[in-house]
Amino acid sequence: MALKLTDYRTEVHNDWCPGCGDFGILSAVQMALAETKLNLSDTVVVSGIGCSGKTPHYVNVTGIHTLHGRPLPFATGIKISNPGLNVVVVGGDGDGMGIGAGHFVAAGRRNVDMVYIIYDNGVYGLTKGQASPTLKLGTKTKGLIFPNMTSNINPLILAMACGYTFVARGYSFNVQHLKSIIKAAIDHRGTAFVDVLQPCPTYNDINSKEWYNGEDRSAENNGRPLPRVYTLESKGYDPNVNTDAGRDAETVMLDAFKYASEWGDSIPIGVFYRNEEIPTYGDRILERIPEYSALPPAKQRIGNGNRKPVADIEGYMDELSV
Amino acid sequence: MIENRLQWCIGGAQGSGVDTSANIFSRACAEGGLWVAGKREYFSNIKGEHSYFVVRVDSKEVHALHDAIDMLATFDDETVARHFDEVVKGGALIYDSALVNKKIEDIPTLERRIREELAKRFPSSPPTIGTLIESCRSRGVHVCAVNYSSLLNVISSKTGEKRMSVLGRMVNVIAVAVSFALLKYDIADLKSSIDRIFGGKKNVAAMNGTAAEVAYEYVKGNFHEEIDCRLMKVPRGKGKRMLLNGNQAVALGKVAGGLRFQTYYPITPAADESTYLERYERFPMKGKDGARGSIVVLQTEDEIAAVTMAIGGALAGVRTATCTSGPGFSLMAEGIGWAGINEVPVVITNYQRAGPSTGMPTRHEQGDLKFSMYGGHGDFPRMVICSADMQECFYDANHAFNYAERYQMPVIHLIDKALANSTESVPYFDPSGMNIDRGLFMGDGTPFVLKEGEEYARFKFTENGISPRIPVGTPGAVFWNTGDEHTEIGHITEDPVLRNMMMEKRMGKLDLALKEIPADEQYHYFGDDKPDLLVVSWGSTKGAILEAVDGLRKEGKKIGFLQMRLILPFPAEKVREFAGRAGKIAVMEMNYVGQLADVIAEYTGIMAEFRVVKYNGRPITVDEARSSLRSILEGRSEKRVVLTHGA
Ligand SMILES: Cc1ncc(C[n+]2csc(CCOP(=O)(O)OP(=O)(O)O)c2C)c(N)n1
Ligand code: SF4
Ligand SMILES: [Mg+2]
Repeated sequence: MALKLTDYRTEVHNDWCPGCGDFGILSAVQMALAETKLNLSDTVVVSGIGCSGKTPHYVNVTGIHTLHGRPLPFATGIKISNPGLNVVVVGGDGDGMGIGAGHFVAAGRRNVDMVYIIYDNGVYGLTKGQASPTLKLGTKTKGLIFPNMTSNINPLILAMACGYTFVARGYSFNVQHLKSIIKAAIDHRGTAFVDVLQPCPTYNDINSKEWYNGEDRSAENNGRPLPRVYTLESKGYDPNVNTDAGRDAETVMLDAFKYASEWGDSIPIGVFYRNEEIPTYGDRILERIPEYSALPPAKQRIGNGNRKPVADIEGYMDELSV
Repeated sequence: MIENRLQWCIGGAQGSGVDTSANIFSRACAEGGLWVAGKREYFSNIKGEHSYFVVRVDSKEVHALHDAIDMLATFDDETVARHFDEVVKGGALIYDSALVNKKIEDIPTLERRIREELAKRFPSSPPTIGTLIESCRSRGVHVCAVNYSSLLNVISSKTGEKRMSVLGRMVNVIAVAVSFALLKYDIADLKSSIDRIFGGKKNVAAMNGTAAEVAYEYVKGNFHEEIDCRLMKVPRGKGKRMLLNGNQAVALGKVAGGLRFQTYYPITPAADESTYLERYERFPMKGKDGARGSIVVLQTEDEIAAVTMAIGGALAGVRTATCTSGPGFSLMAEGIGWAGINEVPVVITNYQRAGPSTGMPTRHEQGDLKFSMYGGHGDFPRMVICSADMQECFYDANHAFNYAERYQMPVIHLIDKALANSTESVPYFDPSGMNIDRGLFMGDGTPFVLKEGEEYARFKFTENGISPRIPVGTPGAVFWNTGDEHTEIGHITEDPVLRNMMMEKRMGKLDLALKEIPADEQYHYFGDDKPDLLVVSWGSTKGAILEAVDGLRKEGKKIGFLQMRLILPFPAEKVREFAGRAGKIAVMEMNYVGQLADVIAEYTGIMAEFRVVKYNGRPITVDEARSSLRSILEGRSEKRVVLTHGA
């Protein structure tokens, strides 16, 4: 029986605030899974802690809601143990680039074949609006008592510097576009990072939906909103590394850095960088363990019918023999 | 004359080959049918600081060390300065004759405390190495001067090797060969040990062999005193033996026990286990010619990643472990709690070392008992077990997995530095003595079937609290985990009634474990049924205590030893029973407060009258165990005894 979009939904009551950008991300994830026809049992959504962290409970595939900042290592353990699974990691900007920043860096260097989506709302939603690592220095959202004292990081540039092989940005109120990015991320071999601009109407009144949509700029546009967000596709941008065709990683990355640095009146979304020339972590294991693809850790039997070990350690003991 | 019973020590700067010499010495003894137990002591340093290795040799199996050294082999000044006092009368001290005029105050790596003490003790003039040698001689220690540089010249002319950098490395083998010559041990065993150790490198083996011969002959020709001990080949029984350390014993146990994914962040003294596993990541399978099983060993960015990644592996249905030591273990606390509430079978091997904080990274302590039991917020089920010798390290590695899977909770396997860095000759392990028990796990060949229309509930309430477990990726089933309190399906709940039911389900599994786990895996008891003194301990103190208890019983003392193996759930009833039959109770352990004594008090209400503790970073010796127990038995002991032996 073919799976329908509704098969990817659960009946769990969704307790996000009305108007929250998280809804758009959830829909895009469900649509992408449905359109990619990912098997429910072979797919796992792993999340951190935050408003964003509740996502797995709303998606009808196996869902692992982990610790604040730690979804990446949990997911890495799952995927390496069973490379046949489709692994989608989701989490907040605080989760991923604040408390989990060390894992963010390490995951880029490993390039495990999975998707990582950050809900980028500039705030710590679930703890009531403190500044997240993507909030600009000096910004005072309504949740803050004083303007933000810490500079922001640029998730896209950080990701490229860490070695992520697919770096993209979506906007939670452009669900169709976000869905196509997530589909491309699922198709990508390697860790695909997607930063999603996600308005938090409750705590971030600066980077709001209205602001992204440019409603404050209607005077410049004959009374109609002048959106800040535009797609890279509309500029004919090519994110793909293809060394043989003369577009090596450095060349593409320099272009990508330029677009990724844009902010303010024009904010690009789309795929910034895609490099399938870097081996995945699974490929690297395979170099050392040729049995890995056929018999990864999760597919190995460890005991025989009599519950006795199947590993033969006699040779190891011989090496130590006296 | 004492035959085949001695303690030998070699010391030198870190990186100067002390380990290799000890290895050559131990192997040579083992080749001759003798049993050895050795411990390595070293600073948290790579090159230059003092390190030493003590090897005890006996004609029967040994698992602990004595205080005294029968033979001290040195090739530098510092080793003499640190250890000269430990050599017994009638024993021997081997030293470099070129160093006699070296002033103690000029040894830069020697702690000021030691320099000042020696200066006070030998006040006439600034003490030199010669002063210390004289002090040994006057106590009846045989001192054996070796002119290392002239021996190196002989070796150079025999081998044609002129490079000092290469020749210099021969001092280790010279020290070992001199030792064996003094002990009248067969040089053939020494040479076969050298060949084995330098196996791949033929020239190196040959040159070391020549060095050994030269040194051996030198002693025969120039040293005519008879020292009090002697080593001789003994016939060996049939069983095969190996020489290994605790890291290797645990690693082998994990491989046999079904480990297929191990994560770690480097830390002393745990990391050697992971690197050993990495080296052997592909292993042969029983009865399948050429087929290989494999373990993925992954070095993570920190211990938080190590434990959470391991949990990920366990969720995928794999026997997964991580191994660490104090500081790393502290970082794992939150992850272990997550595994507890989500009922994930993951094994954490914690090699305890001297804390708190960075503490003494390369030194011994059993300081993490309470933290292993209580670390983390909230109440969640976990098990804590501890191993006390090489055999236990091996079999417990599998027990840890069995418990983890059977009771679906994290298991903390406590090892310590003394075990990790002790090298012992032991009989081969017998993996067929292991049973692999995966509990209620529907993977690994056990079919998983859902009734029509049934929804899989990972945390289904059952009679005994154990819910059927499936790996992520099981066809036809999805499930949820969350660190939040959850429903049977695994979705978040804050319902007070469900909360209670879930807490009771989870925590109840500990009672089940205590009921089901065989007595032999919970504790070992040795000695008299109704002892005047009951010693309770855990972990690597076992060897020393057993030997002390044996000795005291031979003197007619009534004494019993309860060795705790399972710490959580705590076998309180059993402890109460043993305590009820005993006169006095002493808890002996290597930490400051007496953590096990506290735990016994908490669980049984019994306040052990005596706490024998040690926290100077050095493992307990047989002598320390014996004399402290004797004092207690004879009514001469303080309630709190602090042991202090060790350099
Ligand atoms: C170790 C730890 N520290 C702090 C918290 C409290 N906490 C819960 S959610 C959160 C921040 C969430 O912000 P973000 O990751 O950006 O997610 P959002 O809610 O914005 O989606 C924090 C700090 C926690 N759960 N765990
Ligand atoms: S606090 Fe913000 S991010 Fe969280 S649910 Fe509400 S609107 Fe969304
Ligand atoms: Mg956020």
